[in-house]
Amino acid sequence: MSVAPQSGPAPAQAPAEVLMEMRDITLRFGGVVAIRGISFDIRAGEIRAIIGPNGAGKSSMLNVINGFYHPQEGEVWFRGQRRKPMKPHQIAHQGIARTFQNIALFKGMSTLDNIMTGRFTRMRAPWWQQAVWAGPAEREEVANRAFVEHIIDFLEIQAIRKTPVGRLPYGLQKRVELGRALAAEPKLLLLDEPMAGMNVEEKEDMSRFILDVNDEFGTTIALIEHDMGVVMDISDRVVVMDYGAKIGDGTPDEVRSNPQVIDAYLGVAHD
Amino acid sequence: MSPTFLYTLEVILNGLMAGVMYALVALGFVLIFKASGIFNYAQGVMALFAALTLVGIQQGQVPFAHLINAVFGTEVRDFGWTVPTLLAILLALGVMVLFAWAVNALVLRHLVNQAPIILFMATIGLAYFMEGLGDLMWGSDLKTLDVGLPSGGSFWLEDVTRGWAAEGADYYGMYIDLLDVWATVIAVALVAALMLFSQYTRTGRALRAVADDHQAALSVGISLRVIWVIVWSIAGFVALVAGIMWGAKLGVQFSLSLIALKALPVLMLGGFTSIPGAIVGGLIIGVGEKLFEFSVGPLIGGATENWFAYVLALLFLVFRPQGLFGERIIERV
Ligand SMILES: Nc1ncnc2c1ncn2[C@@H]1O[C@H](COP(=O)(O)OP(=O)(O)OP(=O)(O)O)[C@@H](O)[C@H]1O
Ligand SMILES: [Mg+2]
Repeated sequence: MSVAPQSGPAPAQAPAEVLMEMRDITLRFGGVVAIRGISFDIRAGEIRAIIGPNGAGKSSMLNVINGFYHPQEGEVWFRGQRRKPMKPHQIAHQGIARTFQNIALFKGMSTLDNIMTGRFTRMRAPWWQQAVWAGPAEREEVANRAFVEHIIDFLEIQAIRKTPVGRLPYGLQKRVELGRALAAEPKLLLLDEPMAGMNVEEKEDMSRFILDVNDEFGTTIALIEHDMGVVMDISDRVVVMDYGAKIGDGTPDEVRSNPQVIDAYLGVAHD
Repeated sequence: MSPTFLYTLEVILNGLMAGVMYALVALGFVLIFKASGIFNYAQGVMALFAALTLVGIQQGQVPFAHLINAVFGTEVRDFGWTVPTLLAILLALGVMVLFAWAVNALVLRHLVNQAPIILFMATIGLAYFMEGLGDLMWGSDLKTLDVGLPSGGSFWLEDVTRGWAAEGADYYGMYIDLLDVWATVIAVALVAALMLFSQYTRTGRALRAVADDHQAALSVGISLRVIWVIVWSIAGFVALVAGIMWGAKLGVQFSLSLIALKALPVLMLGGFTSIPGAIVGGLIIGVGEKLFEFSVGPLIGGATENWFAYVLALLFLVFRPQGLFGERIIERV
């Protein structure tokens, strides 16, 4: 896809620029502390995994990043600036796109329209021009349509372009959801368990898409995933959470050999 | 062709055209319900208010004349000008958009995440507020609305259909009000335009997105607040069109807001979340009640149009609670 933004693949060695930084984030729901004073950063161009047992607070962290949740304490830094509290739709306009743990597609709409809606932040023509399909609005619509077709080709979902997504099998829905997020050409892409509930073959496809997105468009990705094999394969660095706290942070190898992580995450694995 | 057949045909055509009007009001309900889960009781009053505003602007009435006269002891009534119909319609539309914005900023904004019944109550309050406001702004007398559409029967149609009847039959031709024909044409054009807008524009897709999933809509950058103002504006526009048609036919009077009640059985039939449902439901009710009145009415003393729609809707509720096109109701356990 030649239309994508070219931030270029991150240099492998020299530490890349920090895209997003979470500082001492604490998030509570009444008595429940979902996140306890966690700090970590996401570097431009990397694939950053967040792992941890059920209820560790991983999804809550993504929700803080994209503005669904507002932490009681801590600071969020994005592109070198402290972010003031913002609504999720404003954060989307800053270039953060996401998928959901429990797929949240527009069920009544086709694959094409779902992905087209993902380009919302990229379309600017005022409504009165849209209403009459006046010049600029029409050009915009056509150009974006072309971009969306690229994404459809890339994800190999040509066959279901016109199908209402509510009728698609689970694995394909996940793929359409990824497409919708990609359509925004995000600076930061958040994926909440993109491979949950998939069979081996589907997981391989999804891993390949994630790596390709990262390689070809240089998109920075933060993902939550339970499948350790996949995480260790595709991610550059890993944050480990347990009961809302951070218990490990580093390359897959470092995390794998961290005794605290082995203890909490793998439980029995240390004999 | 036998006169009976031609009479029946006439009844069906009239029913279809009445149905289009019901559908138009029901459409306003569906739009708001789909986007925000609010059952807007005020939709009928919005049609009345829009029609009152249109007449007021058109005839150069001074808004709040009563109030102004009472407070300042003046005697103002009219500006002494009349506004061309098209311009008056645009201005009335502007008022409805302003109203949509105000409802969202002053009322609904403060009620997000409240239970549906609370929002429903709020719209009941809104309905009575608007009725009072319309009264205060434009006065409560019956007004005639003339937007320059032809009305009355068509001699051409009468002649043609008389020719269809068998030679020597006691038949004087079909009567169809031209105003109804125009209303139908305009309503169909309106619905088609809305469909195209929602299919092929960014804002239209955003409307559908919000109707499907609020979280996902937010995540792609859609502001729910902006969409709600747009939806209420469109509903206001639909109300204006309905208000013009009904007002031109029956005069602009406060009973106009009661047409909203006819939209209820239409919604039960068509489902609260389906735009095609609102249209088909409207047509079925329109044709159904006219045919029933024509065929069964004389046997049981007439005036069946008052209750037929509700009984039909009730039957539907029993056998197909989600309506014709509504999403299946599946209880999650
Ligand atoms: N909206 C909410 N209201 C109340 N509690 C919440 C809310 N969201 C999350 N929590 C609580 O915060 C904690 C962390 O939940 P979270 O969904 O972030 O975990 P997770 O790591 O994503 O788990 P999983 O692997 O099961 O998806 C849990 O105890 C959960 O019950
Ligand atoms: Mg989760």
